[in-house]
Amino acid sequence: MSSSAGANGAPVKSTGLHVGEPAPGVKKVDPIIVADHIKRQFGGLTAVDVEHLEIPRGAITALIGPNGAGKTTLFNLLTGFDKPNEGTWTFDGQSISGVPAFRVARRGQVRTFQLTKALGLLTVLDNMKLGAKGQSGESLLRAIFPWFWRKEEEAIEARALDLLARFKLDAKKDDYAASLSGGQRKLLEMARALMSEPTLVMLDEPMAGVNPALTQSLLDHILNLKKEGMTVLFVEHDMHMVRHIADWVVVMAEGRVVAEGDPHEVMANPAVIDAYLGSHHDQDLGDPDTGVVTAIKELADDDADESKH
Amino acid sequence: MIDWLLLFSNAAQEIISPTTAAYALAALGLAIHFGFTGLLNFGQAGFMALGAYGYAIATLTFGFPVWGAILFGIAASIVFALILGVPTLRLRADYLAIVTIAAAEILRLLFTTNTFEPVTGSANGLQGYKGGFEDLNPIPDGVYGFGPWVYNEYDWWVRIFGWGLVALAALITWRLMKSPWGRVIKGIREDEDAVRALGKNVYFYKMQSLIIGGVFGSLAGMIFILPRAVVPSNYQTSLTFFIYAILLLGGAATVLGPILGSVIFWVLLSFFSGFIARAVEAGWLPFMSSVQAGQLRFILVGVAIMVIVIYRPQGILGNKKELAFVK
Repeated sequence: MSSSAGANGAPVKSTGLHVGEPAPGVKKVDPIIVADHIKRQFGGLTAVDVEHLEIPRGAITALIGPNGAGKTTLFNLLTGFDKPNEGTWTFDGQSISGVPAFRVARRGQVRTFQLTKALGLLTVLDNMKLGAKGQSGESLLRAIFPWFWRKEEEAIEARALDLLARFKLDAKKDDYAASLSGGQRKLLEMARALMSEPTLVMLDEPMAGVNPALTQSLLDHILNLKKEGMTVLFVEHDMHMVRHIADWVVVMAEGRVVAEGDPHEVMANPAVIDAYLGSHHDQDLGDPDTGVVTAIKELADDDADESKH
Repeated sequence: MIDWLLLFSNAAQEIISPTTAAYALAALGLAIHFGFTGLLNFGQAGFMALGAYGYAIATLTFGFPVWGAILFGIAASIVFALILGVPTLRLRADYLAIVTIAAAEILRLLFTTNTFEPVTGSANGLQGYKGGFEDLNPIPDGVYGFGPWVYNEYDWWVRIFGWGLVALAALITWRLMKSPWGRVIKGIREDEDAVRALGKNVYFYKMQSLIIGGVFGSLAGMIFILPRAVVPSNYQTSLTFFIYAILLLGGAATVLGPILGSVIFWVLLSFFSGFIARAVEAGWLPFMSSVQAGQLRFILVGVAIMVIVIYRPQGILGNKKELAFVK
């Protein structure tokens, strides 16, 4: 796992992803997702209004922003779980605007959910097997006759067990997923997504509700995805994680992309501080959002720590 | 004095009665819908009515042979499933419940209305469609059996045919639920968005499930009318709820549960109604008239369902971990 880390223990960051100055909507050298004029309104509220966004291939991109910035909505739009009022977007050069979610997934863009969706009353192994694509035993007529799909099923099971071992869930394979802890469910959901052999993995808050003991292993798994040639896009609130593993950061606020860049530069961007603290943060609007303030302070401390090394 | 032997003998007859087989098959269809896929179908009575009327009308009005009439009934239930599913399966689960309960009532009222009397027989229903089925009977004339189970050749033929269908349907369901198809179906029950995110066409699978369970329901409707006439009042909403009771009794996410549930349901119902009727005659229940006694058995069924849901939500054969009635 630690092989993905550089000599000093920090993960190797991908650089040189963009063309020109980092700014919202900056062109990427090799984009995997290109989105244009995406707008999603809920009644009078514009949840997402993105002019142009490119996600770099083969890198780990973090999508951050305060609560209600439209990160998850954008996720839902890109994966076909929601339909925008307007806008077009492509995945791997092909348009997937308006393509239903299951077809998007079949093309190799697989996602996880903010509220983990482990299929509780299926066993861990069945959860995994469900992830495999193009199973002939999933057709109704062939399902009745096991000799059509038994071989395939064995291959899928072998692959599932292999992945479970990597995620240290192999001892739990016959348990119902409902019996797993929150962190283990996150791991299971990620492992299950990998069963479909995706090219782009989209993780919606992979760290939410994860026991700190599992955090490092989850981070390693995400870094491994990149090492294996997959592209990762994730939404996260945990700034340490963003700093630690992201190659590129996209900051959203009030539905728009307000900043882009590598993690260190972006955190120093005034637009980002505005987004988190509000542009009127020097005025007294009542109780400050202490969580965010702490997060930003921690980032500043991190930077200080790193410059000491 | 109460004739206990007769009471037990009547109850024992229900174990293999064609009505028990019909309810078992309808409950198996509902197990596919509700227990395995999580579809809240409250219109199983409608599917049964389509099987019953489909078979009878195809035989009487169109002069179809037995196999043609069976196919006609199956086709009718497939069309019904498509009509129900196309608008509702994309919506939240509860919409299907509302639509199915209303659609089954619409069907029953259409079969009852005088407008179509020449075809449906209106409130009197249909009879005289059994000729073709009788002709297929390989059993020579006579009376066979032992103990309480002594029947003539037609009655045995109906029982063998009915339970044969139940066994075939159970075998198919068992195979399906152990296959990758069944895995997708159970995944949809747990969380359809997660299954969609893995590249499965959830809508298509739900439609397949609705059709298979509906076809089982319509075959159940055909078994149901072999020992009796087709009467529209048999297909009221209460029929659907009795089938739910059977399903929950046996275990919603099991293959044998609905069959066992149906046997227990009918044996107990027969025993209760026989016992109460005779107890009233014998003067054991002086506060009750015999008409009131006829309704008491349904009160007891209601109490039994409540007891099951409270104390054994997974049913008799269900795995407590796999499915509880209230999630």
